Amino acid sequence: MTALAHVPTSTGQPAPPPPPPRGGRHRLLPYLLLLPGAAWLLLFFAVPLFQLAAASLYDPAGSLSTGYALTWAFGNYPDAVQAYWPQLGRSFLYAGIALVLGLLMGYPLAYAIAQKAGRWKNLLLVCVVAPMFTSFLVRTLAWKTILSDNGWLVGLLRDVHLLGPDGRLLATPVAVVLGLTYNFLPFLVLPLYASLERLDYRLLEAAGDLYASPVQTFRRVTLPLSMPGLIAGTLLFFIPATGDYINAELLGTPNEYMIGNVIDSAFLVRLDYPQGAALSFLLMAAILAVVFVYLRRAGTEEVL
Amino acid sequence: MTGMSAKTTGHDAPAGDLRLVNLTKRFGIFTAVDDLGLTIPQGSFFALLGASGCGKTTTLRMIAGLEQPTSGQVLLGDRDIARLRPYKRPVNTVFQSYALFPHLDIFDNVAFGLRRRGIRSVDAEVNRMLALVQLADFGHRRPAQLSGGQQQRVALARALINRPQVLLLDEPLGALDLKLRRQMQIELKRIQTEVGITFVHVTHDQEEAMTMADTVAVMNAGRIEQLGAPADIYEYPATAFVANFLGQSNLLAAEAAGPAGSDVPVTAHGARYSVPAGRARVASGPVYLGVRPEKLHLVDAADRVPAGHQYVTGVVTDASYVGVSTQYLVRTGWGSELTAFAANSGLGGRVPVGASVVAHWDPRHAFLLPRPPGADDATAGLLDEPVGASS
Ligand SMILES: Nc1ncnc2c1ncn2[C@@H]1O[C@H](COP(=O)(O)OP(=O)(O)OP(=O)(O)O)[C@@H](O)[C@H]1O
Ligand SMILES: [Mg+2]
Repeated sequence: MTALAHVPTSTGQPAPPPPPPRGGRHRLLPYLLLLPGAAWLLLFFAVPLFQLAAASLYDPAGSLSTGYALTWAFGNYPDAVQAYWPQLGRSFLYAGIALVLGLLMGYPLAYAIAQKAGRWKNLLLVCVVAPMFTSFLVRTLAWKTILSDNGWLVGLLRDVHLLGPDGRLLATPVAVVLGLTYNFLPFLVLPLYASLERLDYRLLEAAGDLYASPVQTFRRVTLPLSMPGLIAGTLLFFIPATGDYINAELLGTPNEYMIGNVIDSAFLVRLDYPQGAALSFLLMAAILAVVFVYLRRAGTEEVL
Repeated sequence: MTGMSAKTTGHDAPAGDLRLVNLTKRFGIFTAVDDLGLTIPQGSFFALLGASGCGKTTTLRMIAGLEQPTSGQVLLGDRDIARLRPYKRPVNTVFQSYALFPHLDIFDNVAFGLRRRGIRSVDAEVNRMLALVQLADFGHRRPAQLSGGQQQRVALARALINRPQVLLLDEPLGALDLKLRRQMQIELKRIQTEVGITFVHVTHDQEEAMTMADTVAVMNAGRIEQLGAPADIYEYPATAFVANFLGQSNLLAAEAAGPAGSDVPVTAHGARYSVPAGRARVASGPVYLGVRPEKLHLVDAADRVPAGHQYVTGVVTDASYVGVSTQYLVRTGWGSELTAFAANSGLGGRVPVGASVVAHWDPRHAFLLPRPPGADDATAGLLDEPVGASS
């Protein structure tokens, strides 16, 4: 019996063939390909992040000249909130209002380019992207000119009495919100365009055939099918807008400063590293929380 | 323009016949639908047949409101709905491309029309409909998770559930296998007679058109070539296009010289034939003498041709056995090939290839059609496209 067991027979099940030998190099290849990216991330994201986390817990009494000691000073966080909660709240408020304005302009724009523009499609897309060919700073400075007290826009608004005789736009919250809206609009429009462009107009016809009015068709078909682009676009708009400090700096006054301005000055002017680091982490945590809640509500499996 | 004064809310509109009056659609300089005139009685099953690209889908789209006619009217009862928005028309469509909503599951797809009309409790009706199309267990799947035939059935259920006044079906059974297609045909016909919906059914399957429809219209290049009961069209086609689109025909180029008594005598390839005057679309000038392949019988000698029948002689060049019948190609003395179908009824043997035969027919089964001057015999000789085959 035992002898037989070793003899392969024609009726018995042959042992499964051994797996083909695979060189170690084959299995290593994916990791080798990952290596440059991973190294980059480690060096320029993970390490500085840890550094920043450590800095946020330094002894606030220290300074650049006397040196910092890691004293696990968790008190930095409540102190920072205490001192700068108006700026933190303003960041979300301004970015939120700008997002609403951006959506009101960007959705119809993306829809028109994707579904109605025909052969003008590419030209219009270039128009959306064209401002990005100049630097962020230059564009915002241009807005400063447009909104300035003796510019044509303010003159026009004063003439039609939308602004008082010495009303102004520059150095107001309106200017900051408008600047944010303008600067981040392309990031909203492009992903939206991408998903609206894939939308099959025959589905809209089918909805109309099935008694859906244009409004219902939008709500039940167009909007859900453009959700991936809408989510990507709002995130690409909202996250950098919340952390932005250039618009508030150039178009506003210290009364319009957002959290970005505070962080900027903590690191570069006041040289208060622990506070700057603590505020940075607070901002990151707050944005993550908002995004998480948003994705949960928007509820697409593809994103989460 | 009576429709303008009537309150056009759609669903409670008076029922009535669907009439297309001088309906024309041009895309640029191309005329897709050309001055179409049709009356489809309320509650009837109307089949639209025609070659690819002849304007069937465009016609349906104008009825549904998805395409604006260049000119003409679409009347439902005495109301002109041609300018009404699609969602206000009591018309639903089973789209050729299905157009199922990819973000909704099957249940919500089917419930879509009911919900848009504000109906809240849809469960019972949707489940009944899903059972009808044999997709009872598929309610929670997404369209992308279904096979082509299953998607087609969802499209059917999604339109049918609304019980519209007019249901437009654009090749609704094209992706189904034969058995399921027969089943769905029976279901469709049953629903149609039960509910009294007007069905306008576009199909490539002539057998489907003939078995299901009360009226068949054969369309060609944007126009209706012929319209009538299936048997009438088949037995007495109006044009050479119809004669060879709906089934097959042997069409011999002939010359007619006007009626003589109750017959129209013709000359074809040197021989004289005649056709009853009641079966002649034209009685003089260039004509086609037409005989359906199954009306053409083969015998081995002229003296066995029954009295009163007419005949041509030829040689069998091909014989294909297709189960219920054998299909022969007979080459005539002047080189054309005629098609003849012989039922495999067990009576009479098979004729071998190469045999000389006499193909004869009863003149009461022949017909005369107009022929463009100079056109030769139009004998399809397409054994690979047998009559009644499902496409
Ligand atoms: N939007 C359009 N623009 C230009 N030409 C069109 C348009 N829609 C349809 N056509 C043309 O009109 C003709 C009729 O098209 P239609 O879709 O009605 O054909 P069909 O009879 O349904 O064909 P099939 O059996 O292949 O579905 C075709 O020649 C088509 O190319
Ligand atoms: Mg079509």
